[in-house]
Amino acid sequence: MRSISIEEIIRNIKDMCIEANYKLASDVDVGIREAFDKETSPLGKRVLGQLLENLDIAENESIPICQDTGMAIVFVTIGQDVHIEGGSLEDSINEGIRRGYQEGYLRKSLVSDPLLRENTKDNTPGIIHYQIVAGNQLEITIAPKGFGSENMSRIYMLKPSDEAEGIKEVVLETVKLAGPNACPPIIVGIGIGGSFEKCALLAKRALTRDISIRSDKPHIRKLEEELLSAINDMGIGPAGLGGKTTALGVNIETYPTHIAGLPVAINIGCHVNRHVTRML
Amino acid sequence: MEKHINTPLTKDKVINLEAGDYVYITGIIYSARDAAHKRMFEELISGKDLPFSIKDNIIYYMGPSPARNGQIIGSAGPTTSSRMDRYTPELLDLGLSGMVGKGTRGSEVIASMIKNKAVYFAATGGAGALLSKCIKESRVIAYDELGTEAIHELYVEKFPVIVAIDSKGKNLYE
Repeated sequence: MRSISIEEIIRNIKDMCIEANYKLASDVDVGIREAFDKETSPLGKRVLGQLLENLDIAENESIPICQDTGMAIVFVTIGQDVHIEGGSLEDSINEGIRRGYQEGYLRKSLVSDPLLRENTKDNTPGIIHYQIVAGNQLEITIAPKGFGSENMSRIYMLKPSDEAEGIKEVVLETVKLAGPNACPPIIVGIGIGGSFEKCALLAKRALTRDISIRSDKPHIRKLEEELLSAINDMGIGPAGLGGKTTALGVNIETYPTHIAGLPVAINIGCHVNRHVTRML
Repeated sequence: MEKHINTPLTKDKVINLEAGDYVYITGIIYSARDAAHKRMFEELISGKDLPFSIKDNIIYYMGPSPARNGQIIGSAGPTTSSRMDRYTPELLDLGLSGMVGKGTRGSEVIASMIKNKAVYFAATGGAGALLSKCIKESRVIAYDELGTEAIHELYVEKFPVIVAIDSKGKNLYE
């Protein structure tokens, strides 16, 4: 049994919320730089140039990359031999978010009730997904999610006979619908399989994977590559103003599913696709 | 074409702007997003005046992150405009002449823009740090209790936008 104090958890969550919002994850940063070099549309290149300049200003002048500093999505993978000392894990995660958004000058973008819509004023609660595994380690990923792109995400309950072609169709349909609203160039997180809620979770998790890493399953890797190419052939372009850079990456996660189903969730991430992971 | 405009954005300026123009805005503009639009709409229904004179003015669909000490404003990029579509034709009828945001607009908004001679500009989404550098003054003038969604009066200098939909209905997104 290994003990981890809630103070350590609070401090790390706070720092991760701030880090994610001021310095873009290196995979996405590299992706935008490579896209800038390759983009041939003058308007598209201008937008990508603005994004690169924006990243420099954010880091050097301590201004968040985007004013939508997101809803804090938290993935917690906790070893069953870890003992949390000093209080509740859930409360300490939310306390870390509270301090991070306050001390980091991040926007408070949450309302307490979806219909009454009163701001919670501290950006809590976060959305926390727990996974319990063997061992004595605690891995935490923070992925602040903006809603310009979240709003453009979709779930489809396809039929087994739809196969990979059917998946491609609905992914392209979703990207087309997202258009300029999702702040392209986008990252496309896709969950295939599981159940209604599981595929959505897989899609969200897929957005936290480095975009330079492909699936280790050959048929999924092929699907990722074909989709990226097809999306970039759509011509939506940076900011939706035309060009060959519509997506920087397509990440797919899969899970076993029912004999009757083929659930597919498409979670769109904007170019400020933030994710920070720490192992405690 | 590159064009520089100063606010107020009178109709004679609007009709010279064409979809695809790179425009740099200087002068006073007003921030308002979802909650502020709902409030303004409710005030109009109950016969009250809007918190600022809307005629020949520009609304920026934006809710900033908080400013640090010494900063004028935090990150300040555009939000998705179509969420304001429901409230927009009414404001255009009252003389609103320009909007800054990101993404497409509905057909009713575009029809009202043509009727009222108004223009819709796109600013680059996710470039809030860069855009904040063009904001030289910021103060909350209404709905302070809405936090980031309060209406801010902003003085901007050479604020970079593109004409996405012009007053003839030409749409860069199509």
